[in-house]
Amino acid sequence: MRQVLEGSHAISEAARLARVQVVSGYPITPQTHIIEALSQHCADGTLAARFIPVESEHSAMSAVIGAAATGVRAFTATSSHGLALMHEMLHWAAAARLPIVMGEVNRALGPGWNIWMDQSDSLAQRDTGWIQLYCEDAQDALDTTLIGFRLAEAVNLPVMVIIDAFYISHTYEPVDVPEQAAVDRFLPPPNPRFRLDPADPKSLYPMVGPPAFMEMRRSLQDAMEVAEAALAQAAAAFKTEFGRSCPPIEADGCEDAEIVLVTTGSITSTARLVVEDLRARGERVGLCKLKLFRPFPAEGIRRVLGRAPRVAVIDRNVSFGVGGIFAQEIRSALCSLERRPPVFSYIVGLGGRDVPPETIAEIYRSTREAAAPDPESRWVGLNPELMGAAAR
Amino acid sequence: MSQALNTDRGLTYPGNVGCPGCGANIAVNHALRALGEKTILVIPACCYAIVSGPYPQTALKVPILHSAFACSAVTASGVRAGLDMQGDTETTVVAWAGDGGTFDIGLQSLSGAAERGDDIIFVCYDNEAYMNTGVQRSSSTPYGSRTTTTPGQGWKKTRKKNIMEIMAAHRVAYAATANIAYPDDFMRKFARAREARGATRFIHVFASCPTGWGVASGHAIKIARLATRTSVFPLYEIENGTDYTLNAGGDLPVGDYLTVQGRFKHLAPEDLALVQAEVDRDMALIQEKVAATQVRRAFFKSA
Repeated sequence: MRQVLEGSHAISEAARLARVQVVSGYPITPQTHIIEALSQHCADGTLAARFIPVESEHSAMSAVIGAAATGVRAFTATSSHGLALMHEMLHWAAAARLPIVMGEVNRALGPGWNIWMDQSDSLAQRDTGWIQLYCEDAQDALDTTLIGFRLAEAVNLPVMVIIDAFYISHTYEPVDVPEQAAVDRFLPPPNPRFRLDPADPKSLYPMVGPPAFMEMRRSLQDAMEVAEAALAQAAAAFKTEFGRSCPPIEADGCEDAEIVLVTTGSITSTARLVVEDLRARGERVGLCKLKLFRPFPAEGIRRVLGRAPRVAVIDRNVSFGVGGIFAQEIRSALCSLERRPPVFSYIVGLGGRDVPPETIAEIYRSTREAAAPDPESRWVGLNPELMGAAAR
Repeated sequence: MSQALNTDRGLTYPGNVGCPGCGANIAVNHALRALGEKTILVIPACCYAIVSGPYPQTALKVPILHSAFACSAVTASGVRAGLDMQGDTETTVVAWAGDGGTFDIGLQSLSGAAERGDDIIFVCYDNEAYMNTGVQRSSSTPYGSRTTTTPGQGWKKTRKKNIMEIMAAHRVAYAATANIAYPDDFMRKFARAREARGATRFIHVFASCPTGWGVASGHAIKIARLATRTSVFPLYEIENGTDYTLNAGGDLPVGDYLTVQGRFKHLAPEDLALVQAEVDRDMALIQEKVAATQVRRAFFKSA
């Protein structure tokens, strides 16, 4: 049924339809609406789940780890400082091989306090063993959350479903909300491979010394290596049931493009308009939307970008001392090719600074006109007056 | 007692990596006898996380969920919620933490679970320092103690945090102190905690650590008994945070307990006098609360 939903509620609706059994959460802007909606569902009886209102995000992740270890479907959501506080337990959830799904609203980290859109929070967690899926809009968020549960339970890894602060989390859009019966067909009750059971006592996650630790970590890596195929299977089943696609990489007009723009999150929607406009003026520009970041779809990146004369990666994040994080990963994926496309790296929109069509058009122009990529990421739209103030 | 200690009812396997005389080992043994096999333990980083067995071994015949240091209480809350959602309200969920995982890094999570009234038993087996990492001070380390981070003349000059009062302030349904040297009282309290379902229960266990305290391993129980007989660790229960019952104290001087331990051997007579005064004051406070409880109960009975 088509409904007008806030992006946050696209995620909470998906969690409700997935019949999550335990939800834990701690308030943080701009995530709060997700757990508010789920606690309302628990209070109203429209979701048969236990809501645990904890005293920190570290505890939120710990609570769902405890719940998932009993074999139930568990969900939480957070953002920014909350995700950073969870860091220890993100490692724990992944190495414990628990299929937890978490909504994560991208937001900058302080200081200075900033509640707005920025991918630094989720990308700082890239080595924790979580699958990371980035969403473009509310429909994408709902679909990705449902697929996320199926994927998590297929490979026994936790899944982070990531949306933009405000641009998605607080924006209302028409969303096709599936029927419960169809979701039940797509997502049967969890069938855990192991769980805490007094009738079959096991010690879960005890100390592991050097003779076995590497094998355990290799098994996590193996799970990551099959996760992309598992995502494709889940997405195919989703398409059969609901008719919508959810590819790890979406390529639009990349085959014969002179320049391919690479985007994530809501910037993709803005870039679609810019690309349409440029094509109308005879420019050969492609668009590559990246949904899957962990595991990194290197093969798909080589297939989509490998023959492009130029690639421009738009990063709403920065790894200090290196540059845009998606650009680094894409360069790394392309470096095994004999003919490597030059990768232009742009940093935009940190801390919620708007990225209007003009910014993306400027990135396109600058990529077309430059002789070669700068040695470092180019920061777009810096205010020289403020830069002077910062230098003082 | 001989009946209760019949080995065929034990839920621990013989032989583990605990130090000789480890009080935590004795505590687990007593606790599981009272709790029974329908029990799940959540264990954060602590001595017992190691003693319970490295992969692929286990020392226990009940399931264990190992968790990170700060979060045993809330992890137990999550386990409870997961079991409840599957219709298992019978299994007892126990967080089994050391003093670091209770008084220090685990306090926020414990406070959260207690405030929510989560249906778990939180057990602190207290050996009064970070023993697993090599005897560093915690906020449970008592006045006068030397540890590896309060060495030499830098011995600890502040008193031990009163965790029972902290839990009483949360109005937990049931809180009790228990001592490995008093197994009948110990097991009665664990059985009572098991029966008090539906609310947060807290048990503060005195678990001597011969390795960290500078005591012969054969004296683990003797030292523990002296802790209660000197009233350094009186045995008492608190219902709903307000109603106090005293089970055991003692009138031996604190010197009988302190001077036989390496960690206190540097203390001068005037230091012992300070500790004695503090112990007397603490005991008087407990006795006042016991008396107040009796007065209140008599009043409500007559009213």
